Amino acid sequence: MCSFLEWKELKIVYKRYASLYFCCAIEQQDNELLCLEVIHRYVELLDKYFGSVCELDIIFNFEKAYFMLDEFILGGEVQETSKKNVLKAIAAQDLLQEDSNEPKSVLEDLGLANIASALSS
Amino acid sequence: VKDSMRGLAVFISDIRNCKSKEAEEKRINKELANIRSKFKGDKALDGYQKKKYVCKLLFIFLLGNDIDFGHMEAVNLLNSNKYTEKQIGYLFISVLISENNELMRLVQQNLKNDLASRNPVHVNLALECIANIGSKEMAEMFAPEIPKLLVMGDAGDTVKQSAALCLLKLFRTAPEMVPLGDWTSRVIHLLNDQHMGVVTAAVSLIEALVKRNPDDFKGCVSLSISRLARIVTSSYTDLQDYTYYFVPAPWLSVKLLRLLQNYPPPEDTTVRNRLAECLETILNKAVEPPKSKKVQHSNAKNAVLFEAISLIIHMDSDPSLLVRACSQLGQFLSNRETNLRYLALESMCLLATSEFSHDAVKRHQETVVTALKSERDVSVRQRAVDLLYAMCDRSNAEEIVGEMLTYLETADYSIRGELVLKIAILAEKYASDYTWYVDTILNLIRLAGDFVSEEVWYRVIQIVINREDVQAYAAKTVFEALEAPACHENMVKVGGYILGEFGNLIAGDARSSPSTQFQLLHGKFHLCSPPTRALLLSAYIKLVNLFPEIREDIIAVLESDANLRNSNVEIQQRASEYLSLARNSTQDVLATVLEEMPPFPERESSILAQLRKKKPAVEDAIRVRGEKQQQRPASGAADGAAASAAPIAATPASGGGGGVKLQGDIAGAESNTDSDLLGLDFGGSAPAAAAGGGGAGGGSVDLLSSILDVGVSSSSSSSAAPSAASGASAQRKTVVVGAGASGSIVGEENWHKFVCKNSGVLYENDILQVGVKCDYQQSSGRIVVYYGNKTPAPLAQFASVINLPDSSLTNQLGIQVKPVGDRVGASEQVNEVITVDCMAEFFACPLLNIRFVYSGVAQSITLKLPLTINKFMQSSEMDSATFFQHWKQLSQPEQECQKIFQAKFPMDAETTKTKILGFGFSLLSNIDSNPANFVGAGIVQTKSGNIGSLFRLEPNQQAQMYRLTVHSIKPGVSKRLCELLETQI
Repeated sequence: MCSFLEWKELKIVYKRYASLYFCCAIEQQDNELLCLEVIHRYVELLDKYFGSVCELDIIFNFEKAYFMLDEFILGGEVQETSKKNVLKAIAAQDLLQEDSNEPKSVLEDLGLANIASALSS
Repeated sequence: VKDSMRGLAVFISDIRNCKSKEAEEKRINKELANIRSKFKGDKALDGYQKKKYVCKLLFIFLLGNDIDFGHMEAVNLLNSNKYTEKQIGYLFISVLISENNELMRLVQQNLKNDLASRNPVHVNLALECIANIGSKEMAEMFAPEIPKLLVMGDAGDTVKQSAALCLLKLFRTAPEMVPLGDWTSRVIHLLNDQHMGVVTAAVSLIEALVKRNPDDFKGCVSLSISRLARIVTSSYTDLQDYTYYFVPAPWLSVKLLRLLQNYPPPEDTTVRNRLAECLETILNKAVEPPKSKKVQHSNAKNAVLFEAISLIIHMDSDPSLLVRACSQLGQFLSNRETNLRYLALESMCLLATSEFSHDAVKRHQETVVTALKSERDVSVRQRAVDLLYAMCDRSNAEEIVGEMLTYLETADYSIRGELVLKIAILAEKYASDYTWYVDTILNLIRLAGDFVSEEVWYRVIQIVINREDVQAYAAKTVFEALEAPACHENMVKVGGYILGEFGNLIAGDARSSPSTQFQLLHGKFHLCSPPTRALLLSAYIKLVNLFPEIREDIIAVLESDANLRNSNVEIQQRASEYLSLARNSTQDVLATVLEEMPPFPERESSILAQLRKKKPAVEDAIRVRGEKQQQRPASGAADGAAASAAPIAATPASGGGGGVKLQGDIAGAESNTDSDLLGLDFGGSAPAAAAGGGGAGGGSVDLLSSILDVGVSSSSSSSAAPSAASGASAQRKTVVVGAGASGSIVGEENWHKFVCKNSGVLYENDILQVGVKCDYQQSSGRIVVYYGNKTPAPLAQFASVINLPDSSLTNQLGIQVKPVGDRVGASEQVNEVITVDCMAEFFACPLLNIRFVYSGVAQSITLKLPLTINKFMQSSEMDSATFFQHWKQLSQPEQECQKIFQAKFPMDAETTKTKILGFGFSLLSNIDSNPANFVGAGIVQTKSGNIGSLFRLEPNQQAQMYRLTVHSIKPGVSKRLCELLETQI
């Protein structure tokens, strides 16, 4: 199957990871293949940050997913492609957090920690 | 992961555990009530709690619910000195607060503070928020500040990156708000920045700036090429983390290649060679064995390759690179990756438009045809159709059109409409034998009749009418097509029209005798919709003229109650008029009224325009190629059919004015709603409408005489009757008297242009284009206002109202509006017909107020209607004695007006003459002793009498001034004419 669809004036580029579909709407002259890799790099970033990311990580930490996206893409353009630099920026944000008194991750708290990674590639 | 809001996690978990939609709604409502009470409660919330509740609201919003509170609390979070609280505040605002929210002021104040912060993470938060919202107000407020962050020496790299993209967003929103200055020359040097991330962000900004002012940023060409050269020649270890699956900096490479597509090939040989080397290196890498089997590696590598090929096609100057690109794409055509096949077809489509590679592309025809037949993915098949269309030329047209027709039978419904247009265009463009063209179009109707739009079948009729050599063949072919037991209604329309015109050419054959033709057509009559029946009635009356021997049969049909008393007014009126015509007219009158259609003026096919609307980019590229080819002297010159193809590639001079007379007759009647589909002018409908208003039953003799006198089709006169009726009932709503103009008047500048002309664009913004076309006859006028929606979204609740700012206008003008529907679809154009009667002289200007809702925001635009008193003026010729006699008679103080003023345009006599004639005055020579002066006369025609007016215009070249004197019989008119003419010269 082709990963590109025409939709109105735009093109939809999509890729599936396990049960999740990631979609981007891009303009006619944008590079479709590289857009697929934008998706992949974002998934890699999530994976690295959460450690074997799964759907639940994104749901329970949706704000983090937003913050990571802002570091990677801004105003619709790729801002920083280096995985190290993006993660460094997110780590710096985490350091600024004040309530560091909670020792365990939320997922562990809820007994959801051992969910297999959905990242397939 | 470590930070957590436990309450939020529990809430999300609850939601996920809900077994039904109702349970989820219940849980959400409970939470909303809880948050509301917390926000309203007496107990002050601390930052953490606010953050948690705001986050919950955000989550509820993301589940698809409306959030109508909590905005203030989110804005409060921005004041927090805790980073995460601020961050959540900004996130909520970016995702959820609309740019018109009144809280935006507060937000902007916070943004301002954070931008000025010494802490770069706060600056970044602000920049990200601005980039995510990017409203016009933000552009106004921050666009002047952000460039400093971008080029300031000590700003950190991450701030620079965010600043570049933030500025880009604001530039896209409101380019006029971004001041170009010192920083613009420094910004291109960011291409040399050590930090690859900074370069990656900056290139996007530079590309946007370049699109605006390519000349100011020329320096970026050589800088980009150097940067690109360093990347493509580096080994994958050099760039460390900017290497992606063994491909060095693919994102930056693609952006640089994209940037270069804004310029022609570099003039400097060294730079040009350097770029050619880069491109060759990229092409070479494509054939090297892959460094990794991962799809990420091949995608990134090919992304760069496709972008390089785009640049090669854009430069269109290096034949060897073009041919290499083509052969590379040819290999991709049979790659097992569907994505690559798709992209190869797409790129080849562009390559086919280059004269250097057009032939190389044609070599892949067979592969592309196979793709069309065997690809399983509809996106890919669509690309194959596009490519076949692009590679089509005279040498392969019959084959390609044949393949497309075959494909049409099985094609997906979603693309049939477009496919039909493409086939129709290719068949017309490359027809050397018009019998082939006729066969192709009739095949189209047979195979996909539902998808054959009016443009397509109108066009085949235009061509048959214009080409004598194909008329007999067309008549024979449609006759045979109609013999099929079931045939599409569009076939009946074409058949009716063509037999009505040219049935006599095949009447000699006993198999298609006059009465057989008539019986064949009439056999379909009862299965057809009213518009088609109306067309058939016109065809029948044409047959009466061609074959007097079947006159009685046709009269029997016309006078049957089913037609003469049909509930459809159009059918009823046609039956009635044609019946009188058939019964009462002599053969001479018949022959005159029902004369064969004159040729249509040659003009660009409206089908092509329709396709261009669907596929702007490809169509334009192909058109450019068409023009390029025409420039090459050898191409097509010796080709017999080249001349007939020309009207499509470019619009030639019109084939003469004779065509208008009866052209409305059959084709025009099909569609009262959109009379301009054929691109024809239905001249002089106003007087005919007046004559035709008498009703459908009785005065057919009067009608006839009006037809003969004015030379207007009966159909246009009859169609005016219902519209007048509906206009009257709609009048109350569409014309408002004396109401204060809502909003200020815009587009004043364009309005002035209409004083001396009658069509053009009255107003235009990003959403709407308002065009106007008017014609005036004596004291009546017809103004057609075209509303064009320029956006991909519909305009809802669309309404227009004519506002009469001065209540005396109600007695001076009779205005009727045929209103438009309440919705203008995406990229759609609708028109509104305003008819005006000038009852007496008038001086104020009616206003047109347009209201609609675009993406949820109500808009109101008030324009001045280009309706001025001179529109009703007819030029008048007289000799010198009469002129001076009138001049003297009309010299009461209130009858005379004189103005001395500075010329507003270059004082060119010819231009001035054109304007005066356009204004409505005549130009009389040999009256003024000074030949440089202009004198003339005109009569303003109103229902309450004629107003004679005379003028004299004396230019003073040295002072660049004019003296204008107008004499007019009615007080005030001379002053008004003076004012109006003054603005024009």
